[in-house]
Amino acid sequence: MQSTARSFKDNVDTALADPNLQDSLSKLKVGFSERRRQAAERLPEFEALRDRARDIKNHALANLDFYLEEFERKVTALGGHVHWAPTADDARRIIADLCRSIGARTVAKSKSMVAEEIGLNEHLEALGIAPIETDLGEYIIQLRHEPPSHIIAPAVHLTKDQVADTFLEHHSKLGFTRRLTERNDLVAEARAVLRQKFLDADVGLTGANFLVAETGSSMLVTNEGNADLSNTLPRMHIVLASIEKVIPTLEDAAVLLRVLARSATGQESSAYTTLNTGPKRPGDLDGPEQYHVVILDNGRSSVLGTEMQDMLRCIRCGACMNHCPVYGAIGGHAYGWVYPGPIGAVLTPQLLGVEEAANLPNASTFCGRCESVCPVRIPLPGLMRHWREREFERHLTPKAIRQGLALWGFMARRPRLYRRMTALANRLLALLGRAEGRYRTLPLAGGWTRFRDFPAPPAGGTFHAQWRRRKP
Amino acid sequence: MALFVTCLVDLFRPSVGFAAVKLLEEAGCTVEVPPLQVCCGQPAYNSGDRATTRAIAAQVVEAFDGYDAVVAPSGSCAGMLTHHYPSLFEDDPAMQARAKNLADRSHELTSFLVDVLGMTKVAARYDGVATYHDSCSGLRELGVKQQPRRLLASVEGLELREMTSPEVCCGFGGTFCVKYPEISNAMVGEKSADIAAAGADTLLAGDLGCLMNMAGKLQREGRAVRVRHVAEVLAGLGDEAPIGEPGGSRR
Ligand code: SF4
Repeated sequence: MQSTARSFKDNVDTALADPNLQDSLSKLKVGFSERRRQAAERLPEFEALRDRARDIKNHALANLDFYLEEFERKVTALGGHVHWAPTADDARRIIADLCRSIGARTVAKSKSMVAEEIGLNEHLEALGIAPIETDLGEYIIQLRHEPPSHIIAPAVHLTKDQVADTFLEHHSKLGFTRRLTERNDLVAEARAVLRQKFLDADVGLTGANFLVAETGSSMLVTNEGNADLSNTLPRMHIVLASIEKVIPTLEDAAVLLRVLARSATGQESSAYTTLNTGPKRPGDLDGPEQYHVVILDNGRSSVLGTEMQDMLRCIRCGACMNHCPVYGAIGGHAYGWVYPGPIGAVLTPQLLGVEEAANLPNASTFCGRCESVCPVRIPLPGLMRHWREREFERHLTPKAIRQGLALWGFMARRPRLYRRMTALANRLLALLGRAEGRYRTLPLAGGWTRFRDFPAPPAGGTFHAQWRRRKP
Repeated sequence: MALFVTCLVDLFRPSVGFAAVKLLEEAGCTVEVPPLQVCCGQPAYNSGDRATTRAIAAQVVEAFDGYDAVVAPSGSCAGMLTHHYPSLFEDDPAMQARAKNLADRSHELTSFLVDVLGMTKVAARYDGVATYHDSCSGLRELGVKQQPRRLLASVEGLELREMTSPEVCCGFGGTFCVKYPEISNAMVGEKSADIAAAGADTLLAGDLGCLMNMAGKLQREGRAVRVRHVAEVLAGLGDEAPIGEPGGSRR
């Protein structure tokens, strides 16, 4: 997927001026966080489970090579194949080759953020292979030629009316001329339109929430059961996942599933949890003839063993964005690439480079709400600060900010000089603001006074000046 | 014990510092204000300038050496001292030990009054309906939530009315509010609407940065809400002119 992270500030302006987006966001902000809160309250051991989830992922990451090899051994023993893709290019090529090896014309896909990351749909289309999205949200944005705006709810930026219009526009020529607005009706209509295509698909492609080393299984959760259309009907099933998805055991998966659904949607568990373990065996009623797992690195392994490794614990639940006031103001598209919100602000600079994504880790107040809900306790603000430090070291921080900081830093390290300067500033500000108690404009503070007044200090001097007068 | 005035209180709202002193002295503390203190260093820290942050942090550690407690009328600055200073000196064990020692002695004001001194009530009066905003660092780093509410409940004449989302960030974020003014504005706009919907005539919080941000927005929108630091109300200095309103200091 093409990144627009560089034009973050323009993206923000667009997002803030979009009434449909703002309408959708106002619903998301209360809905998701309230449901998560209730789910967490209903489970007394939730906080302890978060600790276990963190520990499981940490253990898996510390022994990643071992578990990945174990996973490969198991998959191979089951008659499947594991393909290693160091880069996005490699992953695209491997998948295209697999599709062409059976002369595939269509690929039934279930939602996969890694597929977005490698720009799979565009690539397949260019080769004359049609990707068919089986997830409702993905299908909607595919019709609208839009990227996802949320990692678990790709079309969350759209209002029901927008979806209804999109369906009417694309489906009426197929005989579906009623304008639908209920979610279940929309799912049913999408199914009806796509059913034959699902049945005819040559390849099924799914993402994976977890790769279980112990059994060689890939595990996938959905609420629509759509993944099962991708992995049972077609002749070939391709799982596309990144390296950090591997975990040791099914027992571990059970722990992670318990925190995943609660954090994501506030459900006790997702409606469908599917395990895929190898191709169809002799005597099986259904299942794919070929089973392939494509495992993508794309820059992740370089984080292993560094202070940034924590970001690889992410289980893509979306809670950090659901609780982020910045995401809540601007939505997912403004972040400019596949992963929005706090995890995007941490992951995107790693995957695309800090020059490309320089704004993302800066566009945060460090309010810490993301960290407080992350099921695997990723210190998201701390990781964003890490990127800010890399940017500062590499002189990517805007010049005006650097100069301002340098001046302030110089003064802050000289308390006596600082006192004299602040006493002067205080007197001046108090004098200017005497009549109103505040300013409507203030030189050098345009970013502030464009939207709000700036409170003036009362007359009488700084605290330190007054304190000296009080205690001689 | 020592008061960490914080740079914003020093420059923009000295009455918050005097309110803190009054509360602490009434609780029996001997309050000193070490002159070497300036700022906790967050502007540099949050901009990625680690070298400047370390220099400032070292100065703060020096300034507050030897006091049995260091109290700040700000969750954000107290959080900086308690949660972030030690990690600045990973490569300097001696300095890190001093930073850890300072961290152990540092407190946010209301949490110090309630959790450390065991204060349960104050002798103050304030006529009004107030709503309380939970500033982010105080809430999430230091667990400041019930302490200010508990003390406010003892203020005569004051009714506390919660807004819908008191724990959602106001959009201040230090330099964030001038680096990303449009996003900040969207956030504080929502906060302002939430405050207004609570039907309160007074907004209180424990951090001056957030208060200035919210006061500025409320005033720009023409909303009649008086904005004050919680310490002022608890100390009985609730007759100071509200933040951003005209009227001189009484001292
Ligand atoms: S960073 Fe944490 S909260 Fe955000 S998506 Fe990943 S696991 Fe969920």
